[in-house]
Amino acid sequence: MKKTITLLTLLLLLPAILAGCGSRTIEEENKEEATAGEIITVGFSQLGAESDWRNTNTASMQEALTPENGFNLVYKNGQQKQANQITAVRTFIQQGVDYIVLAPATETGWESVLTEARDAEIPVILVDRRVDVADKSLYSCWVGSDFELESKKMTAWLKAFTDRRNISPENLHIVNIQGTPGSTAQIGRTRGLANAAREYGWDLMTEVSGDFTENKGREVMAALLKGYDNINVVYCENDNMAIGAIDALESAGKRVGQNIMNGEVMVVSFDGVNEQSLQYCREGKISCIAECNPLHGPRVQALIESLENGETPEKFNYVDEGLFSCVSSVKNVVVDGTEYTIQEP
Amino acid sequence: MKNEKKTGVFGKMNDTMLLLTITVVIFFAMYIGAIVFQGGAFKKPQMFFNILNANAALIITACGMSVVMISGGIDISVGGVVALVSMCCAVYLDYHDGSIFGSILIALGIGVAYGLVQGFLVAYLDIQPFIVSLAGMFFARGMTTIVNTAPFNVADEEFTALKLARIVIPGMGTTNKKGIYVPAYVEIGVIVALLVVAVLFVVLRWTKLGRSFYAVGGNKQSALMLGVNVKRTKFLSHMICSVLAGIGGYVYFLHVGSGSASHAMGMEMNAIASSIIGGTMLTGGVGNIIGTLFGVLSLSTIQNIVSSAGLDQAWWTGITIAAMLCIFLLIQSVVMAQKKKALKA
Repeated sequence: MKKTITLLTLLLLLPAILAGCGSRTIEEENKEEATAGEIITVGFSQLGAESDWRNTNTASMQEALTPENGFNLVYKNGQQKQANQITAVRTFIQQGVDYIVLAPATETGWESVLTEARDAEIPVILVDRRVDVADKSLYSCWVGSDFELESKKMTAWLKAFTDRRNISPENLHIVNIQGTPGSTAQIGRTRGLANAAREYGWDLMTEVSGDFTENKGREVMAALLKGYDNINVVYCENDNMAIGAIDALESAGKRVGQNIMNGEVMVVSFDGVNEQSLQYCREGKISCIAECNPLHGPRVQALIESLENGETPEKFNYVDEGLFSCVSSVKNVVVDGTEYTIQEP
Repeated sequence: MKNEKKTGVFGKMNDTMLLLTITVVIFFAMYIGAIVFQGGAFKKPQMFFNILNANAALIITACGMSVVMISGGIDISVGGVVALVSMCCAVYLDYHDGSIFGSILIALGIGVAYGLVQGFLVAYLDIQPFIVSLAGMFFARGMTTIVNTAPFNVADEEFTALKLARIVIPGMGTTNKKGIYVPAYVEIGVIVALLVVAVLFVVLRWTKLGRSFYAVGGNKQSALMLGVNVKRTKFLSHMICSVLAGIGGYVYFLHVGSGSASHAMGMEMNAIASSIIGGTMLTGGVGNIIGTLFGVLSLSTIQNIVSSAGLDQAWWTGITIAAMLCIFLLIQSVVMAQKKKALKA
């Protein structure tokens, strides 16, 4: 029995010992790499590939951090699981990357692995979603969208539009098709609409989740049409749900457009990444899209370069985002003192 | 002469030992292959310890799964139980200001409750274990959301200290590019997992209960005639599995430090896959805990190899695991067929 146990312990430790034998060579390799040129190795842990937005985001990162620009990008797909991402970050630490870029799947549970990265003196740049840690020095900086600002722009556009058409606020009957409950985007976009409805006196009738998917958007819209006969504005928290909702509206014999005092239903949405939704926007089926910019690559590149030069960049970096619309009556909106020009989709 | 001797050794081995040997050999071949062909992070001992750290909870739940599978059953509720345990412990620690001891009791309590109900339904009411544990899985996932919908971090100081506790392994650390020494370590969960493996190994090998698991799984009728209490044995196998799922849940909770309804998604499937790779047969009566340990290690090593090789799209990991399962099942059945032939001759 003793023999068996000793044998098992030895067996279990063997990979570690084997690996230990090779560890001298890796240091040499590292030295070689370091002298070979100023190539910066970046480990990128993306949370998954669930939407068009996410894929564009990944592509942007891959296009910016190229060997031509002096980077070696190691990309790992977390497949929607935090556990995979923790493993990925730990692998990056072992690989000895220079920077870690993390697009976290969830906001919680990152302390220990981020502490390890800090102990190894590898700076971490967060992308898109944030992490909920008490010690903000665990990451260097964050790049992403201001979801509430997106929503403020959208409501400002809606306000400007109704003012031009002399539509009184109580005649605006709005339903909100929300994103996945608890996601940063859903929280920001819902809050912005609720605040605006209270401030301007709009009739915000109900809020239902469509889980950011086209199918759920269609389902929820069909159900809402049965429950409310006076809907004239549908506020969708992303494009995929808007496409589904438009489908449901048209199947129910409703016209989608801007003439909301004469039976048409206005659809507004967020993201502006999906080609079909931009086409809908050109046709006027979607009246306005608040952009959610997935092109974080160049931003991250600039941040790494400034960190390389020993500078301390801003902790929170918001990407520039605009509004897309074909409705000619509104040319620009002003939110918190900044003017945004409406772009052609 | 030599050949004869070899068949002699094979002949002497029982099915369980034979399958175990195959698993262990394949694991080492794979790991050494990774060190030779991929190098990089695999050369560092911590890479191996990271595999242990990330999979401590899976090792524990897979061990429980193996016990159930050896006795001819299955339990797909373990992933749900893990999620439920981490959520309950998180809520207890944070909202009710609980103690570490209390949270461990909760974890064990949930495990025991699951074992009692599922074990009773399967053993004494003779309901299919798949159906019973399917219901168990839905219940656990549902309850997790009822306990708390939003994922959140545990801030309790005692708990954080325990979570960050590490056992440093001397002499295995490496120095990274920036000249910082990164020590090699394992988390507390790994110690728990190895203890579980050791205890179950002894129980299955040298106790009456252990042998009755094999007897019941191998052939219920013969076991009954040999005087084994089949019902009690089945009940106990489910009890062990659920309690281990409870312990595994706590170790998982300790690893991520947060409660979330999406924790441990699909963990039951990984546990089943690990058991099968480790040489446990779905038909029952054959299996080994050491094999299960190596099954988990093989599974995550292959995942690491796939993602390090740059084949990082979600489907690649799935496809390689599927291929690996197929190969193992094929080897198992070929070896078994050969052996039967040899015995007949």
